[in-house]
Order: sequence, then structure tokens, then C-alpha cells
Amino acid sequence: MCTCDLVGSQHGRRRLRTPGIVKRRRRLLYAVLVDLYDWLLFLHIFSAFIVVSAVTALWALVLATRPGAPVLPPEDAKRFGRFAVPMVGVGMVGLLIFGIWLAIDVDAYDLWDGWILASLILWLLSGWSGARSGQAFEASGTSRRTEGIRLQTVNTVAILAVLVLMIWKPGA
Amino acid sequence: MFAAIRSNDINLPLFLHILGSMLVTGTLLTVVGAMILGWRRAGDNTGLTRLSFKTVLWGLFPAYLLMRLSAQWLESEEGLAEAPNTPVWLIIGYVVADFGALLVLVALVLSAVGLRKLRAGNVGSAQRIGRAVGLISVLLLVAYLIAMWAMSAKPA
Repeated sequence: MCTCDLVGSQHGRRRLRTPGIVKRRRRLLYAVLVDLYDWLLFLHIFSAFIVVSAVTALWALVLATRPGAPVLPPEDAKRFGRFAVPMVGVGMVGLLIFGIWLAIDVDAYDLWDGWILASLILWLLSGWSGARSGQAFEASGTSRRTEGIRLQTVNTVAILAVLVLMIWKPGA
Repeated sequence: MFAAIRSNDINLPLFLHILGSMLVTGTLLTVVGAMILGWRRAGDNTGLTRLSFKTVLWGLFPAYLLMRLSAQWLESEEGLAEAPNTPVWLIIGYVVADFGALLVLVALVLSAVGLRKLRAGNVGSAQRIGRAVGLISVLLLVAYLIAMWAMSAKPA
């Protein structure tokens, strides 16, 4: 019993718990209790993942509905679109809320920093082009499909530009 | 804060790593979405099953490679391999990425077999394989969510 302590457990059973296990559990507890900044950063990045994942799914949908060799029938394509499009919206809102919260929470950043302002403008461009792209795809027809692809390209490039700004943080 | 403690040398591998991870989750989301819609659809869902297989074959593998190779580049740029104590978040990332690789490999093989069965007209068998690929994708998505938390919040 020199290095172990006896710990009572439920149902009257007793089991041994070594200090090593206690240490590991404490480490796990610290791991879960990360501070507000870490949670905000996680939620901000998680939102970005939702946006890019949903946009990737929408590009898969564009490829799967090529007029020459469609993989999906129109009915399934519409249902798939209705699954992915709301996720872009949820991710975009999360991205904005947690991004602004982070900028306020972290002393080193201000909302009027150039790279943050540029990200906000790109966020608006991405939201506008994404919404217009969805409308173009909903109204079927080859000419509207081309317009939809063009707008979705603008949406994707804007999102990638935001990602570049978030990593390089020019001027920060 | 993060920018202040981060060297500029790691920006490119970090960008590629995050982009690769986002594309991995995007392709997995496509597969899971197709699987859910296929389950809820009464009647023929061959198109959704084919979409799942093609997404795994043409999307998941290249995205995984981008994510994993850039992670290695990032690790060497940051000198994390030489650190006396490997950080917990890095261990979680490695465990998820490397065990995930096995699942990605299984999904790849199953998708190739499933696509061949679809071409041969064996729809029932292909749809069973499609469900297995969908379940693997759900598992991978959950694991990557945990890894994403560990990588961004960097616990302990």
C-alpha cells in the first residue's frame, strides 16, 4: 500500500488508485478546462471548418450534376443542396460572432486592424456571392448554372482569402 | 496573441495543413450527407451511393495526404519532434491522423469495390458497402472533431 491509496467506489466495491492515475486524471481535467480564449478560438475555427466543409460538399454537388454526365438525379441534387446550404449559413454566422468576440477579447487585436477589416469585407462578399449562387442553382437551366458556378467560385476564393488573412495576419 | 508567438516560417505549412483538414472534413461531410439522404429516401438511391464512392476516391485521399504531409512539414519547422515533452494536443493529432489513415484506407478499398459493383449492376451489395463507407465517415468526422478541438484549444 506504500504508493497507492484505497478509494471507495459505488456498490461497495473498493479499488486501487495509484498516484499516477490521479495525476493523469488531473491532467485530463486541465485539458478540458482550457480558458475562454482557447474555447473562442476553437469555436471560431470550428465555424470555419463548417463553412469550408459545406462549400466542399456544394462543389461535389456541382461536379455530380454536370449536364454531360450527371451522377445525381435532379431530385436528389436538390435534397443534397438543402442539406449543405444551411450549414454554410450556420458556419458563416459562427465565424463572424466568434471572430468579433476574439478580436474584442484579445488585447493584441482590434476590430479596426487592417487584416480584420479586410476579412469582414471578404466575409460580406462571400455571403453575398454564396446566397446569389444558391438562387442561380435553384433556378435550373444551363445559363443560370454557369452563373451559379461563377458566383460559387467568387464565394470560395473569398473564403480562402479570409483563411490566408487569418494565418498570415498582415500588419498584426 | 497567437501571431505574436508564431514564426512566419510556419505560415505556409499551417495554411496547407488547415486547408487539407478542411477538405478532409468536407469530403467526409459529403459522404455522410449522401448516406443520410440515401437512408431517408424511399426507392432508388444509386446516385447518392455513387456520389459517396466517388467523393472518397477522388476527394478524401488527396485531402488526407495534403493534411498529413503538411502536418509533418509543420512539425519539423516548429521543431516539435526535438521537444523534451511531446504536447498532449500533438499526441491527440497523431493518434487521430494515423489511426484515421487506416479507416481512410478501408473506405478507399470499399469505395473502389462498391463502384465496381454498381457498374456491374449489383446495386444491393453496393448499397450495403455504401452504408459501411458512410459509417466509417461518421467515425472519422467525430475523431477529427476531437483532433480539431485539441489542435486549436491546445489543452495542457
